[in-house]
Amino acid sequence: MRQVMKIIWPLIAVIALVLVAVISVTVPASQPVFGVIIPYLAITAFIAGFIYRVVRWANSPVPFNVPTTCGQEESLAWIKSDRIESPTSNWGIFGRLALEILFFRSLFRNSSMGKVNERRLVYGGSRWLWLGGLAFHWSLLIIIIRHLRYFTEPVFPPSIWLSSFDGILQLALPALFISDFIILAAVTYLLIRRLVSERIRYISLASDYLALFLILAIVVSGIFMRSIFKVDLIAVKELAISVITFRPSVPAGIGLPFYIHLLLVCALIIYFPFSKMMHIAGVFLSPTRNSKNDNRSVRHVNPWNRPVRVHTYAEYEDEFRQPMIKAGIPVDTNISAESSDGR
Amino acid sequence: MAGIDYHAPQRDWMDPSVEFKKGSYCYAAPLKNQEQLQLPNPRQWNPQDADWKLPPDYKRIILDGMKDRLEKYRSWKLFLDICVRCGACADKCHYYIGSGDPKNMPIMRAELLRSVYRRYFTIGGRLWGKLAGARELDEQVIKEWYYYFYQCSECRRCSVFCPYGIDTCEITMLGRELLNLVGCSTEWVVSPASNSFRTGNHVGIPPHAMKQSLESAQDDIKTITGIEVDVPINKKGAEILFVTPSGDFFASPAWYTLMGYMMLFHEIGLDYTFSTYASEGGDFGLFHSAELAKSLNAKIYAEAERLKVKWVLGGECGHMWRVIHQYMDTFNGPPSFLEQPVSPITGTRFDNARSTKMVHICEFTADLIYNGKLKLDRGRNDKWKVTFHDSCNPARSMGLLEEPRYVIKHICNYFYEMPENTIRERTFCCGSGAGLGSDENMEMRLRGGYPRANAVQYVKEKHGVNVLACICAIDKASFPPLLEYWVPGVETAGVHELLGNALIMQGEKPRETDLRGEPLTNTSSEGGGQDV
Repeated sequence: MRQVMKIIWPLIAVIALVLVAVISVTVPASQPVFGVIIPYLAITAFIAGFIYRVVRWANSPVPFNVPTTCGQEESLAWIKSDRIESPTSNWGIFGRLALEILFFRSLFRNSSMGKVNERRLVYGGSRWLWLGGLAFHWSLLIIIIRHLRYFTEPVFPPSIWLSSFDGILQLALPALFISDFIILAAVTYLLIRRLVSERIRYISLASDYLALFLILAIVVSGIFMRSIFKVDLIAVKELAISVITFRPSVPAGIGLPFYIHLLLVCALIIYFPFSKMMHIAGVFLSPTRNSKNDNRSVRHVNPWNRPVRVHTYAEYEDEFRQPMIKAGIPVDTNISAESSDGR
Repeated sequence: MAGIDYHAPQRDWMDPSVEFKKGSYCYAAPLKNQEQLQLPNPRQWNPQDADWKLPPDYKRIILDGMKDRLEKYRSWKLFLDICVRCGACADKCHYYIGSGDPKNMPIMRAELLRSVYRRYFTIGGRLWGKLAGARELDEQVIKEWYYYFYQCSECRRCSVFCPYGIDTCEITMLGRELLNLVGCSTEWVVSPASNSFRTGNHVGIPPHAMKQSLESAQDDIKTITGIEVDVPINKKGAEILFVTPSGDFFASPAWYTLMGYMMLFHEIGLDYTFSTYASEGGDFGLFHSAELAKSLNAKIYAEAERLKVKWVLGGECGHMWRVIHQYMDTFNGPPSFLEQPVSPITGTRFDNARSTKMVHICEFTADLIYNGKLKLDRGRNDKWKVTFHDSCNPARSMGLLEEPRYVIKHICNYFYEMPENTIRERTFCCGSGAGLGSDENMEMRLRGGYPRANAVQYVKEKHGVNVLACICAIDKASFPPLLEYWVPGVETAGVHELLGNALIMQGEKPRETDLRGEPLTNTSSEGGGQDV
């Protein structure tokens, strides 16, 4: 039952958010709440929460240097070391993190285990998750940059370039964005994968579905408001500019799809710092990926290193001195004569 | 054991349930060893018992322990927070592949701990409970931890595939520390650690017995080569302290590796010494707690200082090299009394070891071969069709990938790699690492070793491979039964055993047998075989 409820509850939550947004048109007086107050709260919560989480991680030290090495170490001069997968320099770390963050290096390595028969396993390359994840994150980035056009006047140039490139297919008017469809397809894939694969369903939590449902709803509402129930984008931009210049004013008649879209986005960014989505910051801090494999050449200091009980050589020799002497093993303290009386 | 079922159950995992199946769990640490190491809550107990005799305030102890470790380890805090449950790690674990038990997916191993973390340390978990994947800490949860944290060999394979580098080894290591706080440790970790604390090595060999053991190796070498090699023990003023896992001193086939070292050191005239006090390279403390790991590891530097050596050379071992490469200098350094390692034979300065001042035997030997200091007859290994198993720790915590291959290619004519998804950084564990190699855990070991054995079977069928070369003492102990079960006819050998076979020693008599005392089937041809 819980297996089903962890899907149902997040779905209900997202539907409830959509219904709440309806108030914005049924009670027009509430529009400053949806258009101004909630966004301000959301942005504040997002920034504060984000910083809090990163500071909390950063406050814990890295007591041991534990990179996961995925390539040849730097040892003998004539053996070619892998500067990215077993980095020893800042550039190596930069390269490793860049590959990880921009191209999902580790996921690219993914394979899936299959059985040919009872006695034979095979591991095939399995890049769908990599492709789906990459498509999702890159299109999300493009969409966010595109959205900067609503917050900048004159419009932030990369936002214009991306928008014209993104709309290059010139389908319909206004032009449909390629990234919209890629993200829709990618999120749908990620959701279906979670629902269909028995194994992934088993490991999934309600919060995994919540993030997917929220993002899916945001994408769908965004496409709707742009292409189907068109909203007044000039008015939207007026609102956006007024909000970020701290002179909030809500133009009339923006339309429900926008308020749904905005409320969902606010919900997402409020939830963001409390959620797994913080992996965006976490990946930079991951000790197995951002540390140098220079362990034996540069000493790593543990700030809480403290003395422990050890068994010293003297204690050891005290116990074994007689047999050591008998066996002709050198000892530090030769007191065989006085302690051999017990025999 | 056939018919592994990979179907995940329809019920979720939030209600802790664990069945201590015979053959799949490790016995509890004996009271006397718990007492010797002064472990918390010492008592006689058994995982099969309903009552584990936990301390009355076990909940507080564990939660305080979690809080303490969250403040001490960024890795742990981060890894508890940022998993997105993408599932990339799921089928990367050899225990999952071998058992099909869904809680052996690396993500689930971590979730067993994360669920408790969420309940007591996150807002969502406090508010929403099970819906947020949070659960109460109770005795059942602790039993589940014990079962599954001792079904992880800390091999780090999953961390290679995780998009955020989440390392289950960190989860397991600290999970085991929490268990230790309430007195739940296993015999096969605590007894060797306790032996090592007292006698200097895991198997508990006292100094005189160790000497006898080295002398028998000396005798065997004389029988085979006609040469009497030195057995320097606790020799003050030697240039190099040699530390190797104690398995090499008595267990077959690790024993032949020991012979290989001694022959090599004799042939190059190395001024070195064994130590009886630091007679263990391995460190079972690593499988228990950072404190114990540090305590056992301290002996190496202490002995190096006492014997006034210049630097330390380390033998073939897996987790030993995890400790030496990633922990020793931090634990017990800096070893200011040592000098930067320089090979006395080739003059090579080991810059990569300039702080820790300890060199891996494969680095050392590869350098000797590269500089043409060894006369080798590869033909003496012609009966072996060799494949190489990358031990988890040297591969994924050190990056020692090419050195052993370089050595093997110069001492063997027939070398074949296993499939690329199963070697180097993607290598599969032997299934018995991290203190899981006990007899009572045999079923789980065979299951965990299945993916490795499967890859060996592949090269056996394709190339006729009949020996698995490796550089780890736990491999040498665990592969013989594993391969006998899954791939009969494939032997296990240390790289330096094969080196000992190939090494042409000055003044040696014609070799009739290899180090195992078995006839050399193919007669040797000077430097024979193809070039590499």
